[in-house]
Amino acid sequence: MGNNVSSKIKSIVDKYGGDRGRMLDIIRDVQEELRCVSDESVSEIAGMMNLSRVDVDGVVTFYHFFSKTPVGKYSVYLNNGVTAVMNGRAAVAKAFAEAAGTAFGGTTADGSIGLFDTSCIGMNDQEPAALINGIVFTRLTPDRAKSLVAGMKAGKKVAELVEEFGDGANQSDLIRSMVRNNIRRKGPVLFGDFTSGDSIKKAVAMKPVDVIEQMKISNIRGRGGAGFPTGMKWEFCGKAKAGKRYVVCNADEGEPGTFKDRVILTELPHLLFEGMAVGGYAVGAEEGILYLRAEYLYLREYLQDVLGKLREKNVLGKNAGGKSGFNFDITIKIGAGAYICGEESALIESAEGRRGEPRNRPPFPVEAGYLNQPTTVNNVETYCAAARIIIEGGEWFRKFGTNQSAGTKLLSVSGDCKKPGIYEIEFGTTVQTLLEMVEGRTAKAVQIGGPSGACVGKKDFGHRIGYEDLSTGGSVIVIGPDRDLLQIVKNFMEFFVEESCGWCVPCRAGNVLLLNKLEKVMDGHGTMADIKELESWCLTVKSMSRCGLGQTSPNPIQTTLKNFREIYEAKVRKDVDYATEFDLSRAVKASCEAAGRIPNVHEEH
Amino acid sequence: MSEIKFTIDGKECTARAGQTIVEAASSSGVYIPTLCNYDGLKPAGACRICTVSVAGRNMAACTTPVASGMMVENNTPEINDMRKSIIEMLFVEGNHMCPVCEKSGNCELQALAYRYLMLAPRFPYLWPRRSVDASIPKLYKDGNRCIQCLRCVRGITAADGRKVFGLVDRGGRVRIGHDPELAASLGEEQAKRAMELCPVGSLIRKGVGYAVPIGKRKYDGTPIGGELERA
Ligand SMILES: Cc1cc2nc3c(=O)[nH]c(=O)nc-3n(C[C@H](O)[C@H](O)[C@H](O)COP(=O)(O)O)c2cc1C
Ligand code: SF4
Ligand code: SF4
Ligand code: FES
Repeated sequence: MGNNVSSKIKSIVDKYGGDRGRMLDIIRDVQEELRCVSDESVSEIAGMMNLSRVDVDGVVTFYHFFSKTPVGKYSVYLNNGVTAVMNGRAAVAKAFAEAAGTAFGGTTADGSIGLFDTSCIGMNDQEPAALINGIVFTRLTPDRAKSLVAGMKAGKKVAELVEEFGDGANQSDLIRSMVRNNIRRKGPVLFGDFTSGDSIKKAVAMKPVDVIEQMKISNIRGRGGAGFPTGMKWEFCGKAKAGKRYVVCNADEGEPGTFKDRVILTELPHLLFEGMAVGGYAVGAEEGILYLRAEYLYLREYLQDVLGKLREKNVLGKNAGGKSGFNFDITIKIGAGAYICGEESALIESAEGRRGEPRNRPPFPVEAGYLNQPTTVNNVETYCAAARIIIEGGEWFRKFGTNQSAGTKLLSVSGDCKKPGIYEIEFGTTVQTLLEMVEGRTAKAVQIGGPSGACVGKKDFGHRIGYEDLSTGGSVIVIGPDRDLLQIVKNFMEFFVEESCGWCVPCRAGNVLLLNKLEKVMDGHGTMADIKELESWCLTVKSMSRCGLGQTSPNPIQTTLKNFREIYEAKVRKDVDYATEFDLSRAVKASCEAAGRIPNVHEEH
Repeated sequence: MSEIKFTIDGKECTARAGQTIVEAASSSGVYIPTLCNYDGLKPAGACRICTVSVAGRNMAACTTPVASGMMVENNTPEINDMRKSIIEMLFVEGNHMCPVCEKSGNCELQALAYRYLMLAPRFPYLWPRRSVDASIPKLYKDGNRCIQCLRCVRGITAADGRKVFGLVDRGGRVRIGHDPELAASLGEEQAKRAMELCPVGSLIRKGVGYAVPIGKRKYDGTPIGGELERA
């Protein structure tokens, strides 16, 4: 490796003080500068930081946006989530590949353009969408793909390829993005009037225990999916013995179909940061961390700017909220493409600069989280609601929603409906009511809570959205009458196979086996016995896996087997008990094509 | 040290505070199968074969501390069948060749397959393409047989604490990588220890082989877990 490269890496490592905890930043900068993190770069980084090479290699290979081979001067990451597929992704991908002259998963011969698939990038209401060198391009068409490639070939800056800006803060100088907010329904909690500073001032006038008490009275449960009572979490964290405590905001938003946190980050960041400060005061933390998914890197400068303004206003910083002795500030940490990093302990590992593998519990993050100190990890929406709860009081908040699900919920709606976008609804709203709102009345199925949630059919549209009935972190995907549900289930399973961290056996191997079995059924090689096996393997993966990913990843198969069993039964052979999935014609297809022969295979069916 | 009382499948057991369910069960003469767990190494919770059920919730017995009054379900038909399926997943996820493997008879995966009466795995083989690495002077590293238990990762470090082995990639593609220089500096004792740590035949010492004949190996006469249950 040239000295030049070595000195480039050295200056990057130095920039971060050779800090092991900044490993993701170091690798990101190396990747950005050299367009890949080769074996040589890995050795250089390890050598300079006195680490084992395999330690660095482990981090580089864990994250989707890091690559050991060149990703091109322009790297296009095209989302392959279901709504992208529903909205014509295949034709867009084809156009990209033809215009660029390379297949997906590779770079052009001259190393200028790389094309890659990627999991949901949080733009489900404006798909197909892609990230090109971190800049978002939405509502792509084959023509647009061609013009983008032409622009890249002409050597234009990626920012110059953005032709129009989205709405709201997306137009601001620090974002300048074509992303649209699509806010369709504002509710009282998130979108009520808010004057910056009011919440933290009110909080610091109370004792921390009283702040927590208001959270408990409000009955708020976490908005990130698992629904743990926030008041209790803060109480545990505050009571844990510690040198330091941390408040972490989970802005990883990786569940396919959810994008509500993106809209909050764009339009209500001051509310979010103030909620984090309230949390910091309540648990006794001085440091807050916003863990931002790499897909939302385009918001970084803007968010930094908001943080700066909040420091000026004394919402953050020394004596925050005007309370002497309460010093609270927030830093931003950025991921590198891994759904599992939304799992709170994996997020902490990642924030510490490591592979985003979940930790074994106990201990829980509230006892030993970031840098092994007590840490409360909460969702973006949870902190926003917390800021509001302090202003209006816990009693006010619990008036909305249902007994077990207090308050409102921000939903990200996409798929086959006329009005995709975000909706702040009261908990307890039925699926049917929601479908009316979003104009998706013809739906034959609705995916609630993303792939890890449930797929429900018409007979269940009377069910209510809430922790006690249909739980959701926010993703709602409307599935129209003409869609092939099994294709959607397959897309979801492919997602989980790709996103499993690979640490534990049932999730690492089990999801692959489930996907293969599903394909066997879809290909018409299944029997009733295969359906039974699918059912029982789902149970094994769910009950043996280590973390929430494997504990929910069979849900797409399990819930469709429950609610749409007929689509599986229609595919399988009922005349035999066993059918091999080995397909002789398919096995010899490639060789026959190469040899120009017509296979002489005796087909039984 | 305070004593904790708990039950496993109804049998009264005692434990010291801080012990994991696996440790406490073992000192009470109850066998809970383990694979990624190894005495003296920080539990990884990776293989999940030690899964038990407590109050209807499944958890890994190697990473969960016992609590007073805990009622652990261990030896139930449902749990045992799921454990068996974990073993089967490990067989189909790699490429195992027991009859010619030097570890045969000393292999914990094989021994568990016998214990759980596995005949053929219920899952179709995945036939992954895994590589064999002979570049480490004292060790032969065969990805085909590796079960990603992380015992080598946790147990073998350089003198200054740096990792010799580590996990790379993610999902079904994870594999064990190593630092070439640190691996090259492994001494004879460490190579021996690596082979002992590895539950399967993925890390094999070079230069010596088949020292103990088949028939006289660890699990040839006594099934895995047997010592504990006879005691
Ligand atoms: C695989 C996986 C992905 C997750 N992704 C997210 C996420 O993107 N955002 C989030 O807030 N919570 C996510 N969670 C849930 C978090 O682990 C955690 O429960 C949550 O951040 C806690 O915040 P809350 O109590 O405010 O909901 C995920 C969990 C799992 C298992
Ligand atoms: S279930 Fe296991 S393999 Fe899957 S993501 Fe969680 S820890 Fe990793
Ligand atoms: S090489 Fe052996 S010890 Fe290391 S992870 Fe693989 S099976 Fe486990
Ligand atoms: S022995 Fe407990 S998970 Fe492997």
